[in-house]
Amino acid sequence: MEIKEIAEGVLAGNKRCIARAITIVENSPEEAQKLLATIFPYTGRAHIIGVTGPAGSGKSTLISKMAKEYRQRGKTVGVVAVDPSSPFTGGAFLGDRIRMQELATDEGVFIRSMATRNYPGGIARATKDAVKVLDASGKDVIIVETAGAGQSEVEIAKVAHTIVLVLAPGLGDEIQAIKAGIMEIADIFIVNKADRGDADRLVMDIRSVLQLEDEMFALQIGKERRAWRPPIIKTVALTGEGIPQLIEKIEEHWQYLQKGLIIKKGLENAEAELVEAIRDKVTRSIVERLKRERRFEEILMRIVKKELDPASAADELLNQVLR
Amino acid sequence: MSEERKIKVLIAKPGLNSHDRGAKVVARALRDAGMEVIYTGLRQTPEQIVETALQEDVDVIGLSILSGAHMTHLPRIMQLLKEKGMTDILVIAGGTIPEEDVPKLKEVGIKEVFPPGTPLEKIVKFVLENAPRRKK
Repeated sequence: MEIKEIAEGVLAGNKRCIARAITIVENSPEEAQKLLATIFPYTGRAHIIGVTGPAGSGKSTLISKMAKEYRQRGKTVGVVAVDPSSPFTGGAFLGDRIRMQELATDEGVFIRSMATRNYPGGIARATKDAVKVLDASGKDVIIVETAGAGQSEVEIAKVAHTIVLVLAPGLGDEIQAIKAGIMEIADIFIVNKADRGDADRLVMDIRSVLQLEDEMFALQIGKERRAWRPPIIKTVALTGEGIPQLIEKIEEHWQYLQKGLIIKKGLENAEAELVEAIRDKVTRSIVERLKRERRFEEILMRIVKKELDPASAADELLNQVLR
Repeated sequence: MSEERKIKVLIAKPGLNSHDRGAKVVARALRDAGMEVIYTGLRQTPEQIVETALQEDVDVIGLSILSGAHMTHLPRIMQLLKEKGMTDILVIAGGTIPEEDVPKLKEVGIKEVFPPGTPLEKIVKFVLENAPRRKK
């Protein structure tokens, strides 16, 4: 199929074309650029929700129930489920769909699994673009499930409007959760598996961390206080308990963002994406070209022999190019 | 970073069969060979499997079936794939499938059947050599 055909298919909501388009943005940079340029004007409609949290907290099951709830409310849903790639073999076991299979034949739901391919931060490099494809295809809500590695998963903040952090009692993360990063970007806290006895303890721990944030603000230390007070919701994803409340809160957050934050975030994300695009193109054209020169090998040896440090080596190589 | 494009594989278990150790072992072996493997879990209908293959845009489908119902489910899956124009995909099967059924399955488009006891390397090699390679 031609790029033009695929793009038109995406805009028409054709699943085959959506699937092909996501494959392209994952694998073929040149074709991806053409495709994205065509569909980009049609993005920006969907509410993008990031679901993050440690492995085993119940993210996939929760997402499955969220999607069902949205479907009951007449919304169409896209899901991008990310799992880690092995840094050694490059392969990946993408198992998030196991919890979502009842949705497989629902016309209003599109689910795609992605491997991180060792991109940092819990998502794949192409996740943003896969989200754009689903957005352009008309999905009302797009849920992105991160790979679940832990506190460093803040890349999702650049992709999603609303971040849902899913924790569960007994994962040993009561203290872990207090570490910076993940806690700071969450808009909604979920204590899943709330039927467990130690769930209330976890709720208290989260509450005390949020209180600390308030106190820090009162002492004028640290960042400005968020006007959005992140709620803590108890859920039992397996039974669906707490899900309607979660969806309500997500909608509330969406309304809150409309008051101006959406534009601010939009500008921040646009800058981040533009800088990354520039960096990618520079890497591809300049670095690849330099690597092909013989000087490159010679300079590598000089670094190994400690005759030249890497930063100075870079200057040497770039002076040639940027003259 | 212009390596070979990753092979995407769907390992699926059609029907009412709850033994999935084999499927998971194969899935892990393929992952260790550098492929991206989607495993859908137990008790899949042919419709679910084909729909998943479509959304995930897979190159290979591996069907694991130990319930004896292979002559019902597998041809149905091949039929659905044909209807949706998804005939480029390499489809292989494994499980307790008797030898006399293998030719019939190959007739409907299943490229190879791997009985219990097949060494993993054989399966991995077969997929590496026969998966459709789309250009990057």
